[in-house]
Order: sequence, then C-alpha cells, then structure tokens
Amino acid sequence: MTNNDTDQRTTSTGAGSFVEHRITVRDLNIFYGKFRAIADVDMDIEPQSVTALIGPSGCGKSTFLRSLNRMHEVIDGATVEGSVQINGVDLYGPRVDPVLVRRKIGMVFQRPNPFPTMSIAENVLAGKRLNQRRLKKNEADEVVEAALRDSNLWEEVKDRLDAPGGGLSGGQQQRLCIARAIAVEPEVLLMDEPCSALDPISTLAVEQLMLELKEKYTIVIVTHNMQQAARVSERTAFFNIEGTGKPGRLIEMDDTAVIFSNPIQQATQDYVTGRFG
Amino acid sequence: MSVSVAHLTSDEMVAHHFDSPPLARRATAAIAGASMVIAVVLSALMGGVAPARVLAIGAVVYALSIYVVSRRVEGRRRGFDRLVTTLVTGAFLLVTIPLVSVIWTTIDRGSARFDSAFFTETMRGVVGAGGGAKHAIIGTLIITGLAALMSVPIGILVAIYLVEYGRRNRLSSMITTMVDVMTGIPSIVAGLFAYSLFAVFQGPGARSGLAGAVALTVLMTPVVVRATEEMLRLVPNDLREAAFALGVPKWKTIVKVVLPTAIGGILTGITLAIARVIGETAPLLIACGLAQDTNLNPLSGRMTTLPVMSYYGYVAPGFPPEAGYDRGWAAALVLIIIVLALFTVARVIAKVLQPKGLR
Repeated sequence: MTNNDTDQRTTSTGAGSFVEHRITVRDLNIFYGKFRAIADVDMDIEPQSVTALIGPSGCGKSTFLRSLNRMHEVIDGATVEGSVQINGVDLYGPRVDPVLVRRKIGMVFQRPNPFPTMSIAENVLAGKRLNQRRLKKNEADEVVEAALRDSNLWEEVKDRLDAPGGGLSGGQQQRLCIARAIAVEPEVLLMDEPCSALDPISTLAVEQLMLELKEKYTIVIVTHNMQQAARVSERTAFFNIEGTGKPGRLIEMDDTAVIFSNPIQQATQDYVTGRFG
Repeated sequence: MSVSVAHLTSDEMVAHHFDSPPLARRATAAIAGASMVIAVVLSALMGGVAPARVLAIGAVVYALSIYVVSRRVEGRRRGFDRLVTTLVTGAFLLVTIPLVSVIWTTIDRGSARFDSAFFTETMRGVVGAGGGAKHAIIGTLIITGLAALMSVPIGILVAIYLVEYGRRNRLSSMITTMVDVMTGIPSIVAGLFAYSLFAVFQGPGARSGLAGAVALTVLMTPVVVRATEEMLRLVPNDLREAAFALGVPKWKTIVKVVLPTAIGGILTGITLAIARVIGETAPLLIACGLAQDTNLNPLSGRMTTLPVMSYYGYVAPGFPPEAGYDRGWAAALVLIIIVLALFTVARVIAKVLQPKGLR
C-alpha cells in the first residue's frame, strides 16, 4: 500500500464529498464464508444524531455495525453484497480503499483497548501519527487537549498525559478510546456496546458524551441496554433472528419514542417489554 | 461430605477437619530433623555415612512421615498437599544438581587459566603452557553474530507472515511443518549442509566463518520463528482492530502496534535462540575447522570458536597435557559467562520495553 497517495486523496476529496454524512444502506447482505449473517437490510441513518441498534445476542447487529466502516473484512471470509452509501459514495465501490473509509468512520469497541505501549497523549495521537502525518509539538498538544476535552477526560488526566494509557480505570480507558477515535476527525462514530464493560457512573459519563458528540458527529451505537437506547438515541432499529443458523434481519426502525411505546411489529413489542426469549 | 454442617458441634467440626490447626513450623522442622537422624542411622547400617546417601534416604523418610503426621493432624487433603509439595520440591532440587555441578566444575577447573593473558593471546605457536583464547572469543562473536544477523530477520518475517497474513492457508501450514522439521535437524547435519554448500562455490575443503554462520542459521531460524510466533499470537486482537478502526494500514499496524507490544518477548526468544547455537561444536568442526590465530575475515580461512577450542583442548591437549585441559575449561567458563551476560541483557531490555500498562 502506498500511503503517500492515499493521504493526498483524503485531503483532496474528504472535505467536499462528505458534507452531511447521511448513511444509506440498501439490500445489504453480509456473509461469513457461506453463512449469511445479515439479510436484506435497508436503512437510512440521519446525520448529527444518535441511532441505536438493539436486538438479541447473535442477531448480527455488531456485524452490521462493522460493515458500516468495512471493519468486518478484518475477519477471514467475510463478504458483503448490496451497498452502503455516504452521501452517494458507495463504501463498497471498486475504487474505495477500506483504510480510507475507516479514517472517515471511526469506531469504539466493547472493551476499552488503549495501546499498551503508548502514553495517554500518544494514544490520542495514535491515529494521526500512524497515518504518517508529522505533527509539530504545539499542534500535537492542541489535538490532544481538544480530543480529551471533547471526550470529557481532560480534567482527569491533564497532569499525567505521559502516564501509560493502560493505567486508567475502565471508564477512563473507554473515554480515552473515544478521544483516540475523534482525534482523527471522523465524520461518523460507530460504537459497539461501548458501555457494557463499564460501571453505571462511567456509563453515565459516556452517555453524556454521546449527547455532546452528536452535535458534530453521526453516531451509531449497538447496545443491549434498552434504557440506554431510550436515553441517548433519536432513532432505534430492532434486529432479530428467527433461529440459530438463520440470518439476522432488520425488523423495524423508527423514532426511539415510537419503538419503545408503540412499535408496529409484535416482535419489537415483545423485545422492548422484555417478553422475548 | 454427607453430614449436614448445621448439626455439628464445634468439637465435631474439628473432628471433620473443617477447622483443624495447621502443623506448626517447629513441628515440620522437628520431623525434618528426625528424618535426617533416621537417615544417618539407616545409612550407617547400610555400610557408610555418605552425604548423598543420607540426603536421599532422609528425603524419602521425610516425605513419608510428613504425609502420615499431616494427614492425622491436618486432614487428608492437606496431608496429600504436603506430600506433593515435598515431591515437587525434591524433583526441583534433583534437577538443579547437574546444573550446579556443571557450573561449579567449570568455575573450579576453568579458573586456573582465567587470567588476562587468556583474553589477549592466541594459540599461535603455542604447544605447551601459555596461549589464550582471544581468537576463539572473536570467532565466537563473529560467527554467532553473523548467524543472528541472518536468522533473526528471516525468523521474525516468517513469524509475521504466519500470524498476521497467512492465517490457516496452505502455505502457512506448509511453512509451519517445515519449521518443525528444521527444529529436529541434528546439528551435525546442518554443519555438513553448510560445508557442502560452500564446497560447491569455493571448492572442496573450503572452510570459513561464514560457512559456520550458515550452519548455525539453519539451527537458529526455526527457534526464532517459533518464539516470535508465540509472542505475536499473545498480542490481543483488540489492539489490531483499534488500529484498523483508526484507518491505519495493516503493515503499519504490525510495525507500530503489534511488534512494539510483543518486542520484550521476541527479544527474550532471540536470546534463547542465540544461547542455543553459541555452544554448538559439531557443525563448526566441519564448516570452520580449527584455527590457532585470530581471523577477522569470515569469508575465507578457518575460524575457531570457544566450544571448538574447548573440544580441542581435550582431544589434542599438546604437551604437557594439563595446559591444554586448563585452556579447555577456561574456554568453557568464558562461554558460560557470555551466555549469562546475554540473558541478563535480554532481561533488562525486555523489562525496559515492556508495555507500560502491563508493568
């Protein structure tokens, strides 16, 4: 991979082509080898809002989320049919480089995963530094402070930016990972159960953060916590499977208030009221 | 236990070993002392109080008596625990005997010639006493260094391919099999391979330090591959995914995230691989031959290493033979010191480079 030209392409097309960051998914099928994990999903994800994906374990919502920035391709044998468009640009088009897609669409994982070899500041800068951008000292300091302020971590760590990132608490590590993700200035932020390894206080901190971040970013979050989906999201999508070995499908997507109070589908009603399974 | 706990009085609890007092340290010490006394008496009856015999009998008597006593006082599980602890400790002490013996003998007999002349003189023109190992020390460093220079990059790159790129494909399973086969190659065969390889280019009888280094590379590469592979597999997949999600290309993820995380373990593995080949004698006898003088050019001419010098010190000690024996032992001592120094350096580096969060 020649990294120099890929970098140039980002800067030349990045600002112009992704203005509103609306995500349009059409006829999406996701496969692991021959196994179809997700079938026929159509979805519109609104810009500058939080969209929650809920559903039982194994229904493919994480797989779907990972397909939005081509992260599922990291797993052997994973393929996709259909299209995922951001403002008319198909992420799965033949000329699209998955590495560039991931620079525009960041991701936060279930378990906090700061780089153990790096300090807090180096973790925040990892995306920029590893993508071959030389940063001056004061530029780097600005990026670190801005990202850590945006992730509500600045006050807690500003005196120990050179301390190892692995030494923070779980909740702080997760916010560090969010800072690391937003430091590369993505347009969309995907979060895969970002609070499931955190205690209630850290969860609250991350949820408040999401409400602030949606001013700038389009956020898609997978969660098992329905209260969380109700608290943070504008739109909620419910995924389900008919049984093991069957593909996951999008059952219903609507405003969060509708999904939790008056859904159209009986399956959604059963799931959100806890009568499922 | 079939008896319901709720119905037991405290006396019965003791009887059932819920709350039995542990054996006091004094009691175990007394048992150990008594075992030794019994051992002395028994070995006297068997014809002589030799230290080794007393210790062996004493260990057996102690193991049996601590088991019986502890079982009565502390209960069945703790008794068995003490028995197994005694056996495992005994086994550990048993295997340290050869190690300590080797090190002690080498220090004892190698110190006779462990003087400054040994490090500054060569064997050129030396028949009897005198001479030194300067040429062999230099030869060891050159040959082992060249071998490391060749096998470390190959080994690390192969391991990276196996772990990061070739997951479960046919080529990688073939490579894994080949590496396993290479691990089993007798070192003399590696020497013959290097010798015949260089015979093709330089004519029969050609010997050089490089040929020896090639032989050692054949032995060292699979060890490096195996060690690096294990260390790379220990790097959590979360870290790779975190880097990918930042839009970092795969090669850069490997270079900047995966390798730094695993570097401590990789260095330890490399050191073990060097220690594995630095003492090789057989392949170097064939590929490098014996030189009496310093040879700084690995491309041509014979070159001697410490193990080879040690070997010849015994096979052809010269006259009087004692001087040759002493030089052989001193060469072995220097070799042990070099290996220990390598281990220490690797430990320090691994500690320094260890991921900060895991310290």
